[in-house]
Amino acid sequence: MNASEITNKISKAANTLNIKKWDYGASFSDDYSVQVDKGNAKQLKASQKQVLTIRVWNRKNLVGITTTSDLSEKGINKALKQANLASEFGNKNELTDFSPLAKHPIQTQESKQRSPIGIKKLLKILRDAELKLLDTHNAIKSIPYNGLSESFYERIYANSDGAFRNFKKSQAALYLYARAEEKNKKPRSSGSVKVGYGVEDIDVELCINEAYKKTISHLSYAPIKTGKYLICFSPEAFLTLLNAFSSIFNARSVIDGISLSNKNSIGEVISSDALNLYDDGLNEKNISSAPFDGEGTPTSKLCLIKKGKLENFLHSESTARIFKTIPTGHAGLGSKVSVSPDWLVVEKSDSSDNLNQSLNHQSFNGKYIYIEELNAIHAGVRASQGSFSLPFEGWLYKDNKKISIESATVAGDIKYLLKNIINIEDKSEITINGISPHVWINELSITGDE
Amino acid sequence: MVTSIIKSNKIEFGECNKELLEELIYYGISLGADFVEIFIENIDNASILAEEDFITSVSPSFGKGAGIRIFKDKRDGFVSTNDLTKQGLMRAICQAIEMLDISEKSEISNFEGLNLLRDYTVDKKNWLEKVPSIHEISDKLLLSTKSLKKDKKVVVRKGSYSRNWQEVIIAASDGTYASDIRLHQTVGLNLIASDAQYRSSGSRRYGSSGVPNEFRLWDYEKASNEVYESSMNMLYADYVQAGQMPVVLANKFGGVIFHEACGHLLETTQIERGTTPFNDKLNKKIAHESVTAIDEGISDGSFGSLSIDDEGMEPEKSVLIKDGILKKFISDRAGELRTGHRRTGSGRRQNYSFAAASRMRNTYIASGNFSKEELINSIDNGLYCKSMGGGSVGATGQFNFAVEEGYLIENGKLTKPVKGATLIGDAKEVMPKISMCGNDLELAPGFCGSISGSVNVTVGQPHIKVDSITVGGR
Repeated sequence: MNASEITNKISKAANTLNIKKWDYGASFSDDYSVQVDKGNAKQLKASQKQVLTIRVWNRKNLVGITTTSDLSEKGINKALKQANLASEFGNKNELTDFSPLAKHPIQTQESKQRSPIGIKKLLKILRDAELKLLDTHNAIKSIPYNGLSESFYERIYANSDGAFRNFKKSQAALYLYARAEEKNKKPRSSGSVKVGYGVEDIDVELCINEAYKKTISHLSYAPIKTGKYLICFSPEAFLTLLNAFSSIFNARSVIDGISLSNKNSIGEVISSDALNLYDDGLNEKNISSAPFDGEGTPTSKLCLIKKGKLENFLHSESTARIFKTIPTGHAGLGSKVSVSPDWLVVEKSDSSDNLNQSLNHQSFNGKYIYIEELNAIHAGVRASQGSFSLPFEGWLYKDNKKISIESATVAGDIKYLLKNIINIEDKSEITINGISPHVWINELSITGDE
Repeated sequence: MVTSIIKSNKIEFGECNKELLEELIYYGISLGADFVEIFIENIDNASILAEEDFITSVSPSFGKGAGIRIFKDKRDGFVSTNDLTKQGLMRAICQAIEMLDISEKSEISNFEGLNLLRDYTVDKKNWLEKVPSIHEISDKLLLSTKSLKKDKKVVVRKGSYSRNWQEVIIAASDGTYASDIRLHQTVGLNLIASDAQYRSSGSRRYGSSGVPNEFRLWDYEKASNEVYESSMNMLYADYVQAGQMPVVLANKFGGVIFHEACGHLLETTQIERGTTPFNDKLNKKIAHESVTAIDEGISDGSFGSLSIDDEGMEPEKSVLIKDGILKKFISDRAGELRTGHRRTGSGRRQNYSFAAASRMRNTYIASGNFSKEELINSIDNGLYCKSMGGGSVGATGQFNFAVEEGYLIENGKLTKPVKGATLIGDAKEVMPKISMCGNDLELAPGFCGSISGSVNVTVGQPHIKVDSITVGGR
């Protein structure tokens, strides 16, 4: 079924049921993925999925919603009826409407849709990659977590006011996580993930090389002492942390009382003045970019922190109305519309005089801990309290030596961390979650095993 | 050989689909598959959220889908689709066959047709009518959030309910033919307390399986008292000092550590991946002799209980560890095929779009002989973990768990509350250090995310003492 057909079907069914105001979001996807085990195909998967979320407004202007995978006439009718019933329980305290920007022009991008290469080719590429990675070092005994996938999808938003948007995309991902073991030593594991619009855009060799280098570099490890350390976050680790505390910038979280910010926080100093932060979903490097959000609002670049000051919140239609502003293109369609960032971009501002420019992860000779990757985010972050305690993969640098850390946890407070940024390096790196340079923090607590 | 004529062109729930299913399975086998399994699902879910004194979200959802799995030798191909027509399902079978690169068609079929239907739906057909209405749930959730409003320090109050109703039909080329209806309901309370720069949170979740009336019996006042007390105790707590120390883990949700850190390593998927240190430890000591651990799917009403698993097998009670000795792994069909460990009725999946995998059900450490006080009295300086938050286990088996509510143990007594603690270790090292088990086993519901999606489980244990573990803090 195509986007126009489904819109016509919903429109017709809504008319029959005397539902005057509605909108919907739908997605159709075809996904293919493979996993291998020492040269053999392990699991091969294909899925065809369709999901439709319909909202209806009743005569009291309250909203009800239903989600279904049944796009038959019967299914659509049932979904509209259920949504209508649910509207009786719509939130009287916070009214929702169509986004005022749902019909605004969207920024069109060059179509990055690739063609499927098929399971057999996926399997061959992954099998070759796995074997190559196994061959790189004797200590690499298995690649327990591996996968190559390609996905083709279409997203649609339409409403009874005539708004209609859709886009089609393709995306592919390769991940290789190796496990290395040496006699009388603990097993070590690390890996690499690469994404692209299609499999042909993925640099398989680079993924193998990164997985090999990262895994092997952690083979000679040592415990570290518990204490306070100078910290350098890799771009990936810093973005992981910012995303985990994105409720700071989230108007929905502010209204719900679960953010560290409040309604009057715009303009407050929340970080070192050397920090600029943007949400830039349409950045050309963002493989997962979408031209509009769940309410049909166009995606656009938004400044969140400028020279250390909180500049903007992320908004849906209803939060924007409460804050007397416009939606920002960050809404997820749901009974309670969610808000979330797309793709964060960290930059050094032009107020960087107070930074310690000698701190550079490639040249600094002093003692510090390099945090390469943070783990267990869902367990170790308390976003509403601002605290975190997270295991990480990383190194202790001292006396011109680099020692892989056996196991350790970094703990701290996001407000402290943002205000104690002591350097933001010049060179930015592109990661899956956004763009950031290496970022240095004055002092954080590390729990080690020594 | 099956020779039936197809009478229906679509899978219909509540009707006999045997001939169509047999035709589809035969089709897969004749194309060269060793084994064909068809899992068909019909869902009707609802979730409701109350915030402060308002219902802010009511989200119904429904849908149907099929997951088709084909085995050839030890490989498997899995295809899922929303298309339940004969053509749609045949297309899915062809796709799975093509994926596995099966080119030789089979002239001889070992498929002798489906067995008589094992119908587990008989007493469950009216469950959807018996669950509380949205009105009833909304009223009770609002009472629960009102009950959390105990003083001005309480700044966020939330109550949530979710109902997952699932009807399944499972058919496979070994003759398996079964249908079942599952009903899971959960209700949870969350609170954030704040006073000047101090902030704390508390939460509790309750859940049941196959008990339509459960929510009506929920004692929301008791629940809100527990959540309130917990967050107030933690509001002014200091950060815990990091280090190695003995800990006592509370019963109920304290069992999440055993589930995450050890239970997952006893699933045959981990043997397949080569990521469990217990692979060659069957009938060997892997834990302190005080530890007996069980995984089962049969406790009445427990969140992880099932009449049949998602591969059509009745669940068994599996004693995983007996007096410290590893006795069994948790296995599904693919696990049995690839590792030789017999199936345990543990083949589970979130929905039709996932292939079943070996997953835990109700998993717990069995009761010991000690009282909670005896455990605490045995420690001079340590930590009491009254309530655990979430956690995770890395690829090398190292785990990390947040302590939601913790207290220092000093000279055998509980003293001040502490926050920010995490427990860090790995199962191989920690299991031998569980030296005392209390006599107060209790279970708690949870959701477990893994290779076959998020499934309902129960975790549990009595109070237990770990002689030494790394506690992360400030």
